[in-house]
Amino acid sequence: MVSLSPALAFDRVAMEFPGVKALDGVSFSVTAGSVHALLGENGAGKSTLLKLLSGAYTPSGGTLVLDGQPRHFRHTADALAAGITVIYQELHLVPEMTVAENLFLGHWPHRLGILNRRELSEAARRALESIGETFSAETKVSRLTLAQRQMVEIAKALTRGARIIAFDEPTSSLSAREVQRLFAIIRALKARGCAILYVSHRLEEIFALCDRVTVLRDGRHVETTDVPTATRSTLVRAMVGRELAEVFAYTPRARLGPGLDVAGVCGPRLPQPCSFTAHAGEILGLFGLVGAGRSELLRLIFGAETSSGGRIAVHGTAVYITSPRDAIAAGIVLCPEDRKKEGIVPIRSVLENLNLSARRRHARAGGILAEDWEQANAQQQVERLRIRTPSLHQPIRHLSGGNQQKAILGRWLSEPVKVLLLDEPTRGIDIGAKHEIYAIIQDLARKGTCVIVVSSELPEVLGLSDRIAVMRQGQIAAVLDRTDASEEKILHLALPLEPALGS
Amino acid sequence: MTSAMNPAPTNAPPPSSRAGRFFDQSGMLVVLAILFVGCALGVENFFSWANLRGLALAVSMTGMVACTMLFCLAAGDFDLSIGSVVSCAGVMAAIVMNQSGSIALGVAAALGFGGLVGCLNGWLVATLRINALITTLATMQIVRGLGFIVSGGTAVGIGKEAFFGLGNSSALGVPTPIWITAACFLVFGFVLNRTVFGRDALAVGGNPEAAHLAGIAVARVKIIIFTAQGLMAAFAGVVLASRVTSGQPNTSVGFELEVISACVLGGVSLTGGVGSMAFVVAGVLIMGIVQNAMNLLNVPTFYQYVARGAILLAAVLFDRWKRRNQSA
Repeated sequence: MVSLSPALAFDRVAMEFPGVKALDGVSFSVTAGSVHALLGENGAGKSTLLKLLSGAYTPSGGTLVLDGQPRHFRHTADALAAGITVIYQELHLVPEMTVAENLFLGHWPHRLGILNRRELSEAARRALESIGETFSAETKVSRLTLAQRQMVEIAKALTRGARIIAFDEPTSSLSAREVQRLFAIIRALKARGCAILYVSHRLEEIFALCDRVTVLRDGRHVETTDVPTATRSTLVRAMVGRELAEVFAYTPRARLGPGLDVAGVCGPRLPQPCSFTAHAGEILGLFGLVGAGRSELLRLIFGAETSSGGRIAVHGTAVYITSPRDAIAAGIVLCPEDRKKEGIVPIRSVLENLNLSARRRHARAGGILAEDWEQANAQQQVERLRIRTPSLHQPIRHLSGGNQQKAILGRWLSEPVKVLLLDEPTRGIDIGAKHEIYAIIQDLARKGTCVIVVSSELPEVLGLSDRIAVMRQGQIAAVLDRTDASEEKILHLALPLEPALGS
Repeated sequence: MTSAMNPAPTNAPPPSSRAGRFFDQSGMLVVLAILFVGCALGVENFFSWANLRGLALAVSMTGMVACTMLFCLAAGDFDLSIGSVVSCAGVMAAIVMNQSGSIALGVAAALGFGGLVGCLNGWLVATLRINALITTLATMQIVRGLGFIVSGGTAVGIGKEAFFGLGNSSALGVPTPIWITAACFLVFGFVLNRTVFGRDALAVGGNPEAAHLAGIAVARVKIIIFTAQGLMAAFAGVVLASRVTSGQPNTSVGFELEVISACVLGGVSLTGGVGSMAFVVAGVLIMGIVQNAMNLLNVPTFYQYVARGAILLAAVLFDRWKRRNQSA
């Protein structure tokens, strides 16, 4: 690694919102030609820092120093002009436009306002080539995979001459292979002398990719160290502020009879019939690469998608499910993958989100809300799940991702749940909240709930599950016992049999 | 402190001061109060019983239909067909009453028609997932056309004098339509706030996918809302027919926009998930007061259009400003 002068430095940067200090005197610097990780729980201030960097926010104190010069961005355009690009988790591309149009959005080559198509596609082709992508610049962005869209964002940054590129959780929706590809590109960017700021929750990635790491906690700078000198436990301790004992603390549980029996379930997006069995009191992990059909299977069981065949039994009794409502009545519930889009009703209160489903059963005659019950149930769930909210009437969008997820769990714990389906329950959630959610899940299983957890994080699947079902290309490839399972074995089973075409 | 408040930095909590929260929840009610006092002091003849009664009567139809429009907006949709339904239902009521000689039958026919149109709207929007703008734009024109067809294009006079009582009688010195509107405010306000259905409507508007996955019958909620909207518009049409003693096929053009304006003016969000009856009452009354004051001040009609548009725009900008203050 070539050690250069800092390309970017934060000097006692502070950011205050009414009543909250999101950042409090944070100082550290990022060297050109290096990958610098930014770690911290949700609410630690990582997103705020990125927003300051992108010019979306103006710091209420301190300065941003670029190549030794203090800079004050008033708009995102200022930051872009200074060679800074932030690539967010939600990509900022126009889906119905072509890759080329997206790459040069805002500065299309033109003569007197008339678009020069040839120059545009030529420049776009060169930009894609420079990062080794082979798809056509004339493809509509909506037809690309998420990983490819990310590459478009990177190419877009390069066409603007970005020298400082920040990634916000770039791997949260990528498969293992796509992650490797992304890492290769990031290493290439680093070799070109770019300064990379890399935000992620996944410690493995930081050890694999990054040179230095800065840990934030509660808006304060905790430490900045070289990655080789850090260990998993020192980083976790720095983030959480306490030593975390065993992450999963697995203890064997008793199987308590039949839980969920799925026989030959299939649907439009899962053409081959799938069958599996999970017991009451068991946690069944469901692992597979993105696109293996895990979410589709859960959605079919829950009635969120119309199934075209198959039988489902709960506690040994056949149930007929054509809608989520039927599933809930049968004791099957689902915490969906995309919390924001499918889980919460963002502008409604924590109380309403908690009671969204169960309030129907508790209503008085004529569908009049039982307000005593509403209040009591919400209070009980908030306490039981330790949901951190200033009040039950706070709109749920103001809560952190972990607390939103707990609220969705609370919604289902207000129902008599027999089978709990969890789709990526800890995606984008900070470590502290993750562990709380693990504890809740394990506790539910111990009390007899049948839990099915879909996750793309292998350590999570291995740590949590009694048995692990591996999905591959829309089918269940194998079901392994906890004792037989290893990362290699699972990954081997999950990889497609023939190399996937395209991409 | 850090454990109690753990806000994502991008969306800070709403104003914590009591004044801030009060303003947040009742912004337009404050505006209404100021406007009312201002007009009472500054506009001659405004603060008289006769004028206030006239004012309330003038907005009574808007108020009735705004109640169901609130549900429509809360659920993330809107309905442009109501103006046509008002006029067509009036015509229907007049014709059926004249033919059958029965008031009840006439009213039932009008309500049945309105309910049917609403149900159709709801089915198209909720089940076939056709955009509400397109759907109700189409039914708006179809129903307007039907009104002209069945009436032959001219007003249909009503021969049953007993029917005129609905629109022209008074109780305790207050005209019946005002009582009806007040009752609607109470009933629909209760349904929105205190029933599972009302809360489900808000959840559907706030996030239809999440509502569906929480076991709410989204399509059913929407169909019920549109049907209620059609029924309410038809009922307003019947009241109007009673007031003007005839069914008019060319009345209430642009009424739908007036109703939506009133809701938005009060602070109901067009994107769904937010709304309360207090907002609607405020919006309807603000609109009525402005209209009334402009009439009393002899502002020419042409200028009144400009003023009304400007006020609506101002209300939306105010709402935007309020929200930005909240989240910055």
